[in-house]
Amino acid sequence: MHYPIGLLFDLLASSSALPWNITVHFKSFPEKDLLHCPSKDVIEAHFMSCVKEADALKHKSQVINEMQKKDHKQLWMGLQNDRFDQFWAINRKLMEYPAEENGFRYIPFRIYQTTTERPFIQKLFRPVSTDGQLHTLGDLLKEVCPSAVAPEDGEKKNQVMIHGIEPMLETPLQWLSEHLSYPDNFLHISIIPQPTD
Amino acid sequence: MKAILYSQRNEGPVPRRPTGLCAVSVAEHRCGPAHPPRSRRGKERRNSSGEWQEEGVRGRWPPKAAPAAMPSSALWAVDLFGRVFTLSTAGQHWEPCRDAQLEFKRVSAARDCCWGIACDHQVYVLVGASDVPIRCQEEAYENQRWNPVGGFCETLLPSDRWPWSDVSGLQHRPLDGVALPSLHWEWESDWYVDENFGGEPTEKGGWTYAIDFPAAYTRDKKWNSCVRRRRWIRYRRYKSQDAWAKIPSEDDPQQLPDPFSDLSVGGWEVTDEPVGRLSVWAVTLQGKVWYRENVSHHNPEGSSWSLVDTPGEAVQISCGPHDLLWVTLWEGQALVREGINRNNPKGSSWSTVEPPTSENGILHVSTGVCVVWAVTKDRKVWFRRGVNSHNPCGTSWIEMFGEMMMVNVGLNDQVWGIGCVDRALYFRQGVTQSELSGKTWKVIVAGREGDRSLSGSSFSLHSAGCFFGNEVRGSAESCGPGDTDASWEVPGPASSPAGLRGKESWKGPSHATANFPEATDLSSLRLLPLGLEEPDSADCHALWAWVSGGGCAVEAHTTLKWFTTQSGLCPSVQTLSLSITPAQTAAWRKQIFQQLTERTKRELENFQHYEQAVEQVRNARGTSSSRHPSVWVKTGALQWWCDWKPHKWMDVHVALEQLTGHDGAQDSILFIYYVVHEEKKYIHVFLNEVTALVPVFSEAKHSFALYTPERTRQRWPVRLAAATEQDMSDWLTLLNLSCCESRRMHGRPSPQAIWSVTCKGDIFVSEPSPDLEGPERRLPCDQMFWRQIGGHLRVVEANSRGVVWGIGYDHTAWVYTGGYGGGCFQGLASSTSNVFTQWDVKFVHIYENQRWNPVTGYTSRGLPTDRYMWSDATGLQECTKASTKPPSLQWTWVSDWFVDFSVPGGTDPEGWQYASDFPASYHKYKTMKDFVRRRCWARKCKLVTTGPWLEVTSVALRDVSIIPESPGAHGSGLNIALWAISDKGDVLCRLGVSELNPEGFCWMHVGTDQPFTSVSIGTCYQVWAVARDGSAFYRSSVSPSRPNGDCWYHIPPPPKQRLKQVSVGHTSVFALDENGNLWYRQGVTPSHPQGDSWEHVSNNVRHVSVGPLDQVWVIADKVQGSHSLSRGTVCRRTGVQSLEPKGQGWDYGIGGGWDHLSIRASATRAPRSSSQKPASKQNGQPPSVAGGPWQTPGPVCC
Repeated sequence: MHYPIGLLFDLLASSSALPWNITVHFKSFPEKDLLHCPSKDVIEAHFMSCVKEADALKHKSQVINEMQKKDHKQLWMGLQNDRFDQFWAINRKLMEYPAEENGFRYIPFRIYQTTTERPFIQKLFRPVSTDGQLHTLGDLLKEVCPSAVAPEDGEKKNQVMIHGIEPMLETPLQWLSEHLSYPDNFLHISIIPQPTD
Repeated sequence: MKAILYSQRNEGPVPRRPTGLCAVSVAEHRCGPAHPPRSRRGKERRNSSGEWQEEGVRGRWPPKAAPAAMPSSALWAVDLFGRVFTLSTAGQHWEPCRDAQLEFKRVSAARDCCWGIACDHQVYVLVGASDVPIRCQEEAYENQRWNPVGGFCETLLPSDRWPWSDVSGLQHRPLDGVALPSLHWEWESDWYVDENFGGEPTEKGGWTYAIDFPAAYTRDKKWNSCVRRRRWIRYRRYKSQDAWAKIPSEDDPQQLPDPFSDLSVGGWEVTDEPVGRLSVWAVTLQGKVWYRENVSHHNPEGSSWSLVDTPGEAVQISCGPHDLLWVTLWEGQALVREGINRNNPKGSSWSTVEPPTSENGILHVSTGVCVVWAVTKDRKVWFRRGVNSHNPCGTSWIEMFGEMMMVNVGLNDQVWGIGCVDRALYFRQGVTQSELSGKTWKVIVAGREGDRSLSGSSFSLHSAGCFFGNEVRGSAESCGPGDTDASWEVPGPASSPAGLRGKESWKGPSHATANFPEATDLSSLRLLPLGLEEPDSADCHALWAWVSGGGCAVEAHTTLKWFTTQSGLCPSVQTLSLSITPAQTAAWRKQIFQQLTERTKRELENFQHYEQAVEQVRNARGTSSSRHPSVWVKTGALQWWCDWKPHKWMDVHVALEQLTGHDGAQDSILFIYYVVHEEKKYIHVFLNEVTALVPVFSEAKHSFALYTPERTRQRWPVRLAAATEQDMSDWLTLLNLSCCESRRMHGRPSPQAIWSVTCKGDIFVSEPSPDLEGPERRLPCDQMFWRQIGGHLRVVEANSRGVVWGIGYDHTAWVYTGGYGGGCFQGLASSTSNVFTQWDVKFVHIYENQRWNPVTGYTSRGLPTDRYMWSDATGLQECTKASTKPPSLQWTWVSDWFVDFSVPGGTDPEGWQYASDFPASYHKYKTMKDFVRRRCWARKCKLVTTGPWLEVTSVALRDVSIIPESPGAHGSGLNIALWAISDKGDVLCRLGVSELNPEGFCWMHVGTDQPFTSVSIGTCYQVWAVARDGSAFYRSSVSPSRPNGDCWYHIPPPPKQRLKQVSVGHTSVFALDENGNLWYRQGVTPSHPQGDSWEHVSNNVRHVSVGPLDQVWVIADKVQGSHSLSRGTVCRRTGVQSLEPKGQGWDYGIGGGWDHLSIRASATRAPRSSSQKPASKQNGQPPSVAGGPWQTPGPVCC
C-alpha cells in the first residue's frame, strides 16, 4: 500500500531532524510488501480511485460521477504540476455538500498507527450525530480507535497528527475533512507515540 | 478663485433667504420650526420638529445578526403561553417580541408588519421599526375671491366653494377640523403653505390665481384673476412602530358583535397600488368572515371592517400572498374565494371543496401563491394538487407524511408545521417551484435566547412555569408535551435536583454544581441557566401553538442555521464557510492556524536556499531545455466572432502562453488560430495591452469581449465564446489573472479606484494613475485598465476612504466588503474571505397589441403593416410569452407572466392603454378615435451570484452619494457623510459611516414635500437633490455636526427641462435632464451656494459623476468609433480648470454598454506610492504598439 509522503513523514520521521534524508533504492523492489506501479498511468489510476472512494463516502459518488473526464484530468494535472488553483477549481466541488445537510454523508478518513500491524483503520463515520451535534476529532477517535485517546485523568501517550500538526480534539470533523484532507480527499490521521523528551 | 474661497470650508450659516438675486427664485421649504440643538435630540422624539426624531439608534427589525450573507427576514411563532417570538433567517435563536406584555392567540405576518389576535380577542398590528417613518400628507385649500373693496378676502359668493376646502372644493375642510385617524398617529409639524407649484416656485404666500372656481390656476396674478387659492400642508406620522397597536374596535356594537378568533394577512402580490396594500381577513367566534378595508403602507391599521357573507360557519381563514383565500367551515369543508383580482381584492363568490375523507373534516388550511396545505381532524397533513390563480380550488388531495397541529405556508410557498405530538416546529425541506410539496419535515431546534435574558418579573406565573418546564424537561421528562399543568409542577424543589443532576452529567463539570444545594427557592433557580457556561438550547424545547411564515423569505440558496444547536458550524457553501462565523473564533481553529504557521517556519523557511529538485515546466512546448524563462501554455477550443466576411462565429483554437521572466514578471500572449478558405491564420493579443475583459452573457452563448486601446477606439472588441459557462469562467479567470499579473495588480482595488457598472450589471474598477487628471500629458481614457469585481449592481458610488456602496436592480443596497473576485472568478483571482452570495431581481416586459375592427372589437388580428401582436416596447421585435427568455443564462424566471399596471400614463382596469394607431401616445381610457390598444406584461427573473458585497438591510434605495474627500483632507476621524434616496423617494442620510464601519448604523429621514429621485453631496457638504417634478433642491447648513442640514431651497430646472440627476464635486455642480443634456450651475459661491443659472454643456449624456478635483466624467451615448457607434461610453471632460470648470471637450474611454460610473474616490493629483507603478509603467508605452499586433493575418501553422 502506498502512503502519501507527508503521511510517511508524520508517521515515521516527525521527530527526526530536518531536512529529512531519504534513501532512494533503485533495485530489489519489495514486491511482496508493495504494489509495483509500472507506469505513470497506474499512479494516476490509483490516485483517481482514491478520490472516487472518498466521494463514494461523501456523496454516494454523485459529484465525481457528474464530472467530465476533462475535470478528472484537471485534478490529476493540477496535482502533478503543483498548480493548486487548477486542482482546487475541481476539487472544491468535491468539498461541497447539499445545503439541507450539515456535512458529508460519511467522512473519508484513515487512521494509521505505528504500533500495530494493521495498515490502517477505516470505518463509516458520520460528521453529524443523530441529534444534530457536530462530531469532533475526539468523537471519531473514541469511536474507532479508543486506545489513541488518553483517559480523562491519564497521561497523554499519543500524538494525533494531520499534516504535521496536532489539531485539538474539539475540532469538528467536517471542518477537518474540508480543509485538511490530502489531495486524494482522505483525511490521513497518524497516531504516533508522544515523544518522551 | 472659487477654489480658494471654498477651501476655507465654509461651515458658517448660509443666509437662509438670499435676497436681491433676481435671477434665482429660491423658495424655502421648511418642515416646522428650527431644529433643536443637537444635545436635545434624544428627548425630542415626540416634539413636532420632525427630522431629529429619526436619529436615535434603534434596533433593527427584524433583529439582525452580525454581518450576515443573507437578508434577514423572520419567522413568527406563538408558544403555548401566548408569547410571540421571531426567528431570523440569518439567526439561530428565537427572539422574544419586543412588546412582551401581551399574550397572543394568533399571529399572521407579512414582510413589514404582523397582525395578531391577543388573548383579549382584540386585533393588534405590529409595524416593524424602520429608519424611514410612515408619514402622510394632509392638505387643505384656502380659497379667496377678489372684491373691489377689500381686495382678496375670505368672503366668497354664495355659489362658491367653502373658504377652506379639499382640492375639488366640494368638501369643507377647515384646518382645525382635520383630525388624526387614530391614537397611533401624531402630527409632525404645524400647517404651512406649500409654495411649490408644479415644480415652479410661487410668489410669497403660495397663492395661485384663476378667473373663477373651478378653473386653471396660474402662479401669476393677472388683471382678470378674480379668485385665488393656496395649499396648506401638514404631515402626520405613524408613531406606534415596533409595538403592538390595537385596532380600534368599531363604535357601533351592532356592526361587530362578537370577538375575533382567527385572522390572516396576505394579498400583497395582488396589486401594489397603493404601496404596501394588504388583505387582512378575520373570522369571528360566530363564524363570520370580515375584511379590513384600506390597509396599506401609509395606512397600516386600515379603516374599517366589512362583513363578507359566507354560506357556512367559518372557523379559520388563510389568505395567500396572491389571490388564494381559503376558509375552513365548522362542518369540515373548505370554502374557496373566487374572483379576487386587483380591482376586487375582496373577491366575488365562494365555492366549496370537500375534505379528503368524509369522516375527518378539514381543521386547518393554509394557502401560498399556488399551493394549499391542510390538516384534517385526525391531524393528517394534506397537500392540494393543481391549485393556481385560474383554478383556486385545485384538483385533488394528496396525503403527506406526518401529523401536525397546524401548517403555515410562507413566502415562496415554503411550509412550516407544528408537530402534533411534540408541539415542535417543523420546516418542510426541499420545497421548490418544481417540487411544491417538498421532501421532508425537519425540526427547528433554534434556542430561545430570550429565555435567558427575559427577567421573570415581566412575566405572568404561567410564563415562568413554562420557563422552568422547558428548562428542566429535557432531562426530568416529567413534563408531558402540551400539558402546561405538568410543566408547572416540575420546578418544585423536590423534583428539580434530579433534573439538574441529569443535566450536569450531560454537560460535564460545571461550577453550578457546587452552588446548587443552596438554591432552593424559585428565584435562584430561575437564574441558574445564566450561570451555566454554555446554556444549551436543545433541552429548552419550546411548545408552540402557532406559526406564521408570511414574512419569512427562504429560498433555494438560503442556508439556514435553525437545525443544529452547534455554534461552531460552518455553512456548506464554499464562500460562506470563509465568512465570519463562530467557527472562526473557535479555539481549535486558532490553534490549527498557529500550528500551521509554526510548521511552515520549521519545515520550509530554513530550507529555502535549497534548489528546486524538480523544475516546474508546465506542459512545456517542445523540449524546453532552458530553465528560464519558463513557459506554460493553456490551450483550448473557443468560438471567435469573425470581424470580416463571413461575419459569423468560427470555431477556433486558442492558446495562452505565459512567460515568466527572470525577475518573476509574467508576460502573456493570447493566440487565436483560425482557418479561412482552408488557410491557417492567427491573431494574437499581448495581455499587458488588454484594457478590459467583459463577459457578454447573451441568450444562447457564453461569450466575452476583449478590449485594447485600439479596439476601444474602434468600438469593436475581440469577441470569444466558450461552450459552457464553466469553460468561460475558466478562461475569464485565467485571462484576468494574466492581465493583472502583467500589470502587477493584486488584491483589492485601492481606495482611489474608479468604479463603474455595465448595463448588464457587471462591476468594473480602474486604478487611477497620477497623471489621469494631471495638467499636462494625461493618460488617454482608452488606455485605462478595467478589471471586473464579482457581483451585480445598477449603481455604484465610492469615496476615497474606501467606502463603496452599490444598489442592485431590485433597489437593494449593498456595501463593499474589501474583497475581490467572486462571480465567475475562482481560485487565486478571488479573495478567500469577504465574498458572499449576492442576488438581484428584475422584470422583463413584453407588450400585447390589439387592433379594433367593427365586427369583433379589439382582436389580436392586426393589419399586415402592423407591429407584431406580441412585441417589445418598440414593436420591432416579436416577443411572445413562450419565446421570451430571461436576459441571459445567469437569470432564471421566478414568476409567471402578469399584467403590469404601473406603466407611465396609467391603464384601464384590465391593463390596456389605447391609442389611435401604432406607434402613438397611449392613454388609459378608450375614446372613439382609438383603433389600437396595448398592454404590458411583466415577468420577474432573478440572478444569484457571489461578490464582495453585503446587503444593507431595511431600506431599498434608488440613489446614493458619498461625500468625496477634498485633496489634502485626511480622514480627520469624522464620520463619512452619505446621502441616499429610498425607492419610495424619501431622502435619507446615513449615520455612523466610517472606514471601519462602511455600512454605518442607521438612517436619518430628511423630510420633503414630494418624492425625490437623485442626490449628491460635494466635498464641502453641499447637498443637491432632484425631485420627481424635475426641479433641483439645495439643502442648507449640512455639516458634520448637523448631518441632515436645515432646510431645502427650491431651484427651478433649466427652461422646459426636467432634471433627473445631479452631481456635486468640490465647487462644481452638474445636472442632467431627461433628454440627456448636461448642465453646469453657474455662479455657485460659498456665500451663494445655490448659484444663478444653468448653462448647457453637452448633449447625449446618460450619467454624470463629478469628482473631488471637480473632474467631470460621464457615460455618453452616440459615441462614434472608427468601426461602430456605441451607447454607454465612459468619457472624461477635458480642459477642466478652476477658471474653466465646464471644460472643453471629451476624451473617450471604455464602452459601449457602460451604465454608471463613480469618479468620486479619485482625489489624488500628486504621484502616489508604489502601488501606482504598474499603471505608470504602462503609460510609458508608446501608444502605437497597440495598433500593431491586431492585423497580422500571416499564415502560421500551429
